[in-house]
Amino acid sequence: MRFALHAALVAAFALVPLAAPWLGFVFTLVLAKGLAALGVAILLRAGLISIGHAAFYALGAYAVAAMSENAVSDLVLQLIAATLVSALAGALIGLFLVRYRGIFFAMLNLAVSMVFYTLLSKMYHLTGGTDGLRVDTPTVFGAVIDRDTLEPILLYGGLALVIVVGLAVHRYLKSPMGEALPAVETNEIRLEYLGIAVPRVLLSAYTLSAALAGLGGGVHALLVGHVVPDLAYWTTSGQLVLVAVLGGIGGVVGPFVGSFFLEIVRSFAVIYVADTWNLIVGAGLLVVIFFLPVGLYGLLDRAVRRSAK
Amino acid sequence: MDVIIPMLVDGLAASAVIFFIAVGLTLVFSVLRVLNVAHGSFYSIGAYVAVSIGGLAASAGLNPWLSFPILLLSAALTAAALGPFIERTFIRWTYGKPEAVQILVTFALFLIFEDLQKLVFGVQSYYEDSAMQVLGTSEIGGIIYLNYQLLLIALAVLLIVALRVMLSHTRLGKLIVAVVADPEISQTLGINASRVYSAAFTIGVFLAALGGALATPTSGVAPGLGADAIVLGFAVAAIGGLGQIEGAAIAAVIVGITRVLAIYYAPAFEPVMPYLVMLAVLLVRPYGLFGAAQARRI
Repeated sequence: MRFALHAALVAAFALVPLAAPWLGFVFTLVLAKGLAALGVAILLRAGLISIGHAAFYALGAYAVAAMSENAVSDLVLQLIAATLVSALAGALIGLFLVRYRGIFFAMLNLAVSMVFYTLLSKMYHLTGGTDGLRVDTPTVFGAVIDRDTLEPILLYGGLALVIVVGLAVHRYLKSPMGEALPAVETNEIRLEYLGIAVPRVLLSAYTLSAALAGLGGGVHALLVGHVVPDLAYWTTSGQLVLVAVLGGIGGVVGPFVGSFFLEIVRSFAVIYVADTWNLIVGAGLLVVIFFLPVGLYGLLDRAVRRSAK
Repeated sequence: MDVIIPMLVDGLAASAVIFFIAVGLTLVFSVLRVLNVAHGSFYSIGAYVAVSIGGLAASAGLNPWLSFPILLLSAALTAAALGPFIERTFIRWTYGKPEAVQILVTFALFLIFEDLQKLVFGVQSYYEDSAMQVLGTSEIGGIIYLNYQLLLIALAVLLIVALRVMLSHTRLGKLIVAVVADPEISQTLGINASRVYSAAFTIGVFLAALGGALATPTSGVAPGLGADAIVLGFAVAAIGGLGQIEGAAIAAVIVGITRVLAIYYAPAFEPVMPYLVMLAVLLVRPYGLFGAAQARRI
């Protein structure tokens, strides 16, 4: 039954932009932010809230921009670089941060991301300062393409990528390493008594979440064609946490549902009611926290299962 | 030698404003055990209210000395209008909930307030500096200082003393201390803990709004102010140790001075300094300079 739900979601996602081409851009952004939110959701399962993951998102985006500036124009290479750079940064920073819990984990992530944000906006000769960097249209396996071809490639290639990554993350969450995450939140000390190295569990989760955020950031950079320091600002990190919780952190699909909701609300709010989308999203988040502990995806899942009975 | 005193004055004046934000945050945390992301919104709302009332007063041709009571009044108005209401409706629900939930609820409030401010006050910047103009400048050792900066430093010192006196010598302060020490025992002794929570939260809102109002004569107000203020407040509160009032004061001084040092010697890195200090402190002392370690639950 759940398979049918997922197939329906993917089919709808693939078909709607054919009918309304302008949604293609928004949908690709949904995938990019969804990947990053999935990373945040993995940490949330262990009770760790990171208000700093936008740093990895921005790092991935800037990695793509740097490759593009230095004449490495292949799309696949750029995305691999974005993922690896962020994973490496995540592993290094994670080494220090996995010793902290609760508010201190949140605030140290915040501090790291704000340092990164400031460096991005101040190191003008490297990062273009607050103007950011331009990202040229990439080549795909040597073929030169224009922007009109790039968008469908990013949308459908991105969708395939998200399905593969989603399945892999699902496997990870069901593995002993992944199952240990909720246990860290419930009772860390008992887990240690059972002989499980909590720092190693958390470090692998942190590295994976940084890699996912970097990959998302890479897709974002290719799609928008421009990267700016604001990608690393703490409110972007806050949005990633918001997206994860909005969609539900119970599974892999939730963050993408949350990301979909957020981007659609943003697109329509910008058109019809300027300057109120934060308000709508904030109110939506409050409703989800107060009334829907399972998130939007949980709600969807429950509705489908009920109608199947 | 001749740069040390101006540096100290600039640094301490910057510290004073940061301290107003951080002390409210830390007070609310120590009583309610909630890290309030919406605290930054109260700072910027206080600034907007002060600029609006100040602007009205200036265009009505009132005596510029009245700007000082107006700054205080704006903060009090903001606190009275928002403090009890927000605590009763949203914050109260999060007591004892996981920290992730508390941060998210207050982040949602922050987002809502951001847009409400844009809807009410628009997206332009405002300046209203009659309070700074009327105080003028003074010359010490051949260097000119804004008297308003000196006033900010004095007010911050006054605030520390006032908070200490309030906590140890007034009825409300003693109630707060009792509730912080043990909420359950104090309730069995007949203390209305929920009213104490409400009062402490409102004091926090007042301090944030006062910080915002006092900052307007020198720096004005523009969208995005709250987002910057809250991360700075977090950093300072964490350096001092969450819940430590004097800790927040010392942390604010350290951060203010390092920022000014950076301005003199490496201007590009001035905004990074608070976070670098915070990283350095938390990596060595995970609970901040004056914070106490909490026992791990089994």
